[in-house]
Amino acid sequence: MFSVFRDLVRYNIEFTIGLILVGIMVVFAGLSFFAPMDPSLIYMAPPDQPPSTQYWFGTNSRGQELFWQLSAAFKNSLQFGITVAVLSRIISITVGLAAGYLGGWVDRVLMFVNDIFVAVPIFPILVLFYFVLRNNMDSFTMALILACFGWPFDARLIRSVALGLKHREFTRHAVFAGMSTRKVLVEEHLPYVMPIVFATFMNNMLWSIGMEVTLAVLGFTNINNPTIGTVLYWANSHSAMVVGVWWWLVIPVILIVMTFLGLFLLAMSMNEYIDPRSRLRRMGA
Amino acid sequence: MTQEKTEILKVEGVKAYYQMNYFGVKREVRAVDDITVTMRRNEVYGIAGESSSGKTSFIKVLAAAIRPPLRVIEGTVKYEFKNGPIDVAHASPAEIEAVRWKHLSYIMQGSMSVLNPVRRIGKTFQDFAQRPSGLKGEAFEERVINHLARLKLPPDVLKAYPHELSGGMRQRVTIGLATVCHPEFIIADEPTTALDVVVQKEVLSLIRDIQKEMGASVVFVTHDMSVHANVADRVGIIYAGRLVEEGPTRDMFFAPKHPYTAHLVASLPRIGDTQQRPALDGRPPNLADPPQGCRFHPRCPLAVDKCRKEVPPMEVVGPDHRTACWRWKDVEPLVNVSAPAGVMA
Amino acid sequence: MHSYLWFAGKRLLQLIAVIFFGVSAMFFVTYLSPIDPVEQVLGRLASRSNLSPDAIASTREALTAMFGTDQPMMAQYFNFWMRVLRGDLGASLMAFPTPAMELVMRSMPWTLGLLLTSTFITFVIGNVMGGLAGYFQNNRFFKAFGILAMGLQPIPYYIVAFIILIIFGFLWPVLPISGGFAMDVRPSWTLPFILSVLQHSLLPAFSLVLVGLGGWFIGMRALVSNIVTEDYVTYAELAGVKRNTVVGSYVMRNALVPQITALAMVIGGVFSGTIITEQVFNYPGMGSLLVDAVNAGDYSTVLAVCTVSITAVATAIFIVDMLHPLLDPRVRAE
Repeated sequence: MFSVFRDLVRYNIEFTIGLILVGIMVVFAGLSFFAPMDPSLIYMAPPDQPPSTQYWFGTNSRGQELFWQLSAAFKNSLQFGITVAVLSRIISITVGLAAGYLGGWVDRVLMFVNDIFVAVPIFPILVLFYFVLRNNMDSFTMALILACFGWPFDARLIRSVALGLKHREFTRHAVFAGMSTRKVLVEEHLPYVMPIVFATFMNNMLWSIGMEVTLAVLGFTNINNPTIGTVLYWANSHSAMVVGVWWWLVIPVILIVMTFLGLFLLAMSMNEYIDPRSRLRRMGA
Repeated sequence: MTQEKTEILKVEGVKAYYQMNYFGVKREVRAVDDITVTMRRNEVYGIAGESSSGKTSFIKVLAAAIRPPLRVIEGTVKYEFKNGPIDVAHASPAEIEAVRWKHLSYIMQGSMSVLNPVRRIGKTFQDFAQRPSGLKGEAFEERVINHLARLKLPPDVLKAYPHELSGGMRQRVTIGLATVCHPEFIIADEPTTALDVVVQKEVLSLIRDIQKEMGASVVFVTHDMSVHANVADRVGIIYAGRLVEEGPTRDMFFAPKHPYTAHLVASLPRIGDTQQRPALDGRPPNLADPPQGCRFHPRCPLAVDKCRKEVPPMEVVGPDHRTACWRWKDVEPLVNVSAPAGVMA
Repeated sequence: MHSYLWFAGKRLLQLIAVIFFGVSAMFFVTYLSPIDPVEQVLGRLASRSNLSPDAIASTREALTAMFGTDQPMMAQYFNFWMRVLRGDLGASLMAFPTPAMELVMRSMPWTLGLLLTSTFITFVIGNVMGGLAGYFQNNRFFKAFGILAMGLQPIPYYIVAFIILIIFGFLWPVLPISGGFAMDVRPSWTLPFILSVLQHSLLPAFSLVLVGLGGWFIGMRALVSNIVTEDYVTYAELAGVKRNTVVGSYVMRNALVPQITALAMVIGGVFSGTIITEQVFNYPGMGSLLVDAVNAGDYSTVLAVCTVSITAVATAIFIVDMLHPLLDPRVRAE
């Protein structure tokens, strides 16, 4: 695993750029642990100050220092993305390995369910959840809901790998040696699908953070919790662009683009490394 | 067999290497390493060798079908076609295009994968053969249908997709595709592999018939010695990127002059034969780092010191018969060979 | 033909299953939620007008009857389905007494128009460019295009739409950034109206195309760079088959088959993107309707939008799936 990583850094410029971008954002988000103030408090600084040596990213109309505000927002959003990715990886690994290895009716049922999840448009469903839950919809609930919709593409990918593994010699040996199905899957097959899991992890984060941004911008989340989306929400609601507080929008947008590009480059270069045929199916989502 | 066979192809000192640059590491595989050979009009020349001996690379060079990372490093591949001579190792793409299919055609390995899965056979014929045939519309279609009939294929196959045909039919279609323009020189890579024995025989006699009928020359590659025994006029043996022996089929089978040939011939199964087959130790050498001297020496039962140090030159050992072995005089047939069925002499 | 019908039948079954499960899930989400729709509606009403307690009581009764919340779950579920099948999800609250379904139907053409044209444009441009980029791997133009498309692809719909809004709203205001048509034209089949609609759809469509392009481009490029190494392509090139034929009928044609499957898989996501984009540009489609309905607490309209979305997306996937056997003779034979 480590040598793969080294090769990627050395020979794949996309991977290196992605790593640098994501690295910067992780450090930036990590700074929020050292924030001098609680990011949810308002009017802690003079409002509408442009970027300066004192306020690096300026301050917003709510009297918050954007630097610390954004740092907390990125920490929350990255955390959110990781939560969704971990939860949905668990589902997709379980479903993918089970469907691929067990085959037969288990496979058919799981893939049938899989196809249904692929076909349901997620955005209206999320809005529906917000509509019925309103303020009970915290970021963990939302992560759960997104995880429930974020697995089918990757489960299918893992299934196709598991199908191939099933007929490999070492699987037969393991089965003849009396290994239980669970053991075969966890100890023999899981290591083979881990690279896919890592690559799709990034893609899944992209997707879930994007969804969070969208919902938050519309005001359909807890708007007092700083995230990438709620920063934009407040900027919009104060008409930042119109009143000339451009940094309130431009800086977060630049940071978002950096994060997304970084995650995407990591996912893509890993994908290409694992299997040039694998396609990025997230193009719409 | 007539004696007035003129030369159609002269290969001189051809070297073709795979040159790869993979993750910063340069690798060079000498797939074809200094082969000189001549082929004549109206003959069937068989090339034999183990897998990864470089035989497929060699005939790709002959067919001007090489792609990077495989490159011709040295040597010439000169054809004498009716419309003039051409050295396909150094000709421009346009010049090769001009002889392609009309004079020089190629049957690629693997009939399963050489036909476009989403295109009807008839369309494929149009794509491949219409321009070189110089025929239009119905005249072309008539030519194709007649040609297919010769291959015992009904005209319906033109409307079929590749997956709707059996393996044997598909192979006949690819042969038809390569021969419909009556080329002077046909190159076939493993035309019978992956076919069952009955179909193999059918396909072989088909190639032979078409060749005779059109007066074309055929070069084909297979590792299966019994196919060579049945079809080839002359056989060349390739080992580790080099031609080690060539000669008339009969001589090659009855009096091989290279220990490797002797081994290949001995490995042929014969009915009623209970004799133990002598196995050849070791594996074919790694072409990225071939052994010094004669490349066969690590596996050769006759190897002496000289073989380990010096590369044996091609020596003429009989009419049309050449071999590259320091000890060719000591080579004996390993098994008592009775004539394999159907050897053409 | 027979096998095609068999294939179609199986897909139709799947379509019905998707709609069934999707709509059922919708019901249970609302049913199991801690919030009573009746109370929610009442709360909204009460906060906006000064209703007398009597009026509240009678409204509560009427709403309870309408939502059927006093009945057991299965009965509610059954009633819900009856209403869905009749296409009657009750009156919209924000545009009372217009039926919610009518609001949805009014906004659907806008969404569909935007979705279909932008998906078509994206699919064609992305695949043609990606295919050529995969075939001519060293071409600088395609490399540059690839970097551009890839750079845009991961950015969420919302952000791309937003950036375009900033550019065309503040920096270079040449195109309308809001609405479906200009205020001074009346909706009718006249040239000024159609031109106005086209003009207003440009920016939303453009932002959808920008986001979608990269995915198709990358997918097609990866597919084609594999297909060019297939024997049938190598063989056709060797045989001197015309370049255009090789690229079109041998390479692209084969790559199209999995891309059509991919199209079916991303429709749901593109639909989500469309309604998000609509909201940014104030486009009068289902997205804007959904957001307005949520903000107005309009229960019926939210349900109507969701039902129609699920049905529409599933149907679109079904239609795309039906194209698959027409493109791939091997599926037909199965």
